[in-house]
Amino acid sequence: MKRWLPSPLLSIGLLLTWLVLNQSSEPAHWLLGAALGVVAPLLARPLLPHGHARLRRPRALLRLLWLSAIEIIRSSVNVGQLILLRKPEAVNSQFIRVPLDLRSPHGLALLSCLINSTPGTVWVDLLPESHELLLHVFDLNDEAWWIDTIKTSYEGPIIEVFEGAGPTPEGEEA
Amino acid sequence: MSVAMLPWWAAVPVAVLLVLGGLITLVGTLGLLRLKTFYQRIHGPAIAISMGAGCILVASMVYFTAAQSRLVIHELLIGAFVLMTAPVVAMLLMRAALYRDLRGRAAARPALAQPPVGELGTETDEQRTDAAGGGGR
Repeated sequence: MKRWLPSPLLSIGLLLTWLVLNQSSEPAHWLLGAALGVVAPLLARPLLPHGHARLRRPRALLRLLWLSAIEIIRSSVNVGQLILLRKPEAVNSQFIRVPLDLRSPHGLALLSCLINSTPGTVWVDLLPESHELLLHVFDLNDEAWWIDTIKTSYEGPIIEVFEGAGPTPEGEEA
Repeated sequence: MSVAMLPWWAAVPVAVLLVLGGLITLVGTLGLLRLKTFYQRIHGPAIAISMGAGCILVASMVYFTAAQSRLVIHELLIGAFVLMTAPVVAMLLMRAALYRDLRGRAAARPALAQPPVGELGTETDEQRTDAAGGGGR
C-alpha cells in the first residue's frame, strides 16, 4: 500500500483533476485517472528532493484556504482603492522582515503561494542565515501588525497542517 | 447554447460577474500605469490575477452550467493552476528587480552598499552601472 500509493491524497487529486479535465464520469475515464494517480506519483518521486508532502491536518488546510480566500477578496478591495483613490507618491511601499519558525519546505511553498496570491504582499526572499522572510508590502502603516498577521493567521495554521500540533517543529527537515 | 436560452437567474450573476471582473482587471492595469516604481507596480496586476480572473471564471462556470444544463466546473482547474503559478512569477520578477537594483547600487557607490538582503553583497557585480536598475523606469 505504502509502496504503490506513497501519497493517497495526491493520487485522489490527480484522479479528480483528470475527471474534471475530461468533463466526464465514464468508467473508462475513472480507470485512466486511477492509473494516472498511481503512476504519476511514482514517476515523480525521484524529482522531489523533499518527498511527498504529508498533510497531518487536512481539515486545517481547508480552513486556511477558506480564510485566505476571504483575505484575498479583502486585500483586492484595499489595493483597488489605493490605486484609484490615493496619489501614487503617498503609497507607502516597504520591505519588511518577518522571522519565520516554519521549516517544512512544503509549508514554505504553500505560505509563499498564499502570500503572493494575496494582493498587496509579495514574497521576495527567504534570508538563509536568519530564516527571515523578506516581504514587500504595498501600503505599510504598521509593520508589527503585518508580522503578527503573517505569523498568526498564516504561519501558525500551516505549521499545524504539515507538522501537526505536537512539539516537533523540526520534523520535516532533511 | 444560445444566449437567448439563458434564464434570468443565470444571466444576471453572469453579467454582474463579467462586468465586475472586467472592472477589477481594469483597475489592476491602471495600477500598472499609475504607480511609480517597479516594486509598487507588481501589486497592480495581482488583483487582476486573483479577483479579476476569479470573477470571470465563476461567470464562465455559471454560464455554461446553465446553458448546457449540466455541471461545468473545469474552470476550477484554471483557477487552481493560476493560483499555483502566478505567485512563482511574481517572486521571480521581484527577485530579479531587487538583485538588479542592489547590484546597480553596489556598483555606483561601493562604500554605501548596504543591501537590505544580507547575502547579496557577495554577488559578483558585473559592468552594470545603471544605478536606477529596476527602480525608476
